[in-house]
Amino acid sequence: MTLVLVLAGGAVGAAARYLARLVLPWSTIWVNVGGSALLGLLAGLGSQLPGWVGTLVGVGFCGALTTYSTFALEAVQLNASRSRAVAVLYVAVTLCAGIAAAVAGVGLGRLF
Amino acid sequence: MSRRFSWDVLAVVAAGGSLGAAARYGIGVAWPHETGGFPWATLVINVVGCLAIGVLARLAPEHRLALPFLGTGVLSGFTTFSTYAVDTWTLADAGRPLAAAAYVAGTLVAALAAVWLGLRPLGRPE
Repeated sequence: MTLVLVLAGGAVGAAARYLARLVLPWSTIWVNVGGSALLGLLAGLGSQLPGWVGTLVGVGFCGALTTYSTFALEAVQLNASRSRAVAVLYVAVTLCAGIAAAVAGVGLGRLF
Repeated sequence: MSRRFSWDVLAVVAAGGSLGAAARYGIGVAWPHETGGFPWATLVINVVGCLAIGVLARLAPEHRLALPFLGTGVLSGFTTFSTYAVDTWTLADAGRPLAAAAYVAGTLVAALAAVWLGLRPLGRPE
């Protein structure tokens, strides 16, 4: 049952990332920051949520919506195709905004 | 990958993403960490996924569904940024700011090195 939740969440998360790529510039930043905020919110809400929500939305959806491999590949490709400065900026923005979003999500979740 | 929508690409991305997420889940179950502990499993998952996506980008398979399935689906669903970001905060919040900093920087450096390594042709001089 748990595996089914992970499979379902993972399918929807990856599909959402694909759709975001079609409509948003710098879509990897948006999915990584948005997914970090949502997972932070789930972590902040903690035991108030039934366990299956964490499995479906946290492990499945947020895990598959966000990506480290595409992020790292894009950083290396930006370094080669644009410039070192653009690649460094891309990494810095993703890390700072992603972790800040996670912290904000946790803080929001703890309010409830 | 084309920026035009197509249903078959969406389907293989979703299928690949669910497989990647399931693999990540399985490794996490087999290799758990306590709350506030160092998330070794996620670090290894992210670095291995980065090595593989570098290899995939270098091989550039010709079939139009291969990259969406393996790259956008399986590998991107396998690796995760959200767990990395939240676990970083969890480490810091547990009173381990140095471990949090080491986790952030260690994953990043290892992931970038893995992509770079994956993009290199094997056994062939530059």
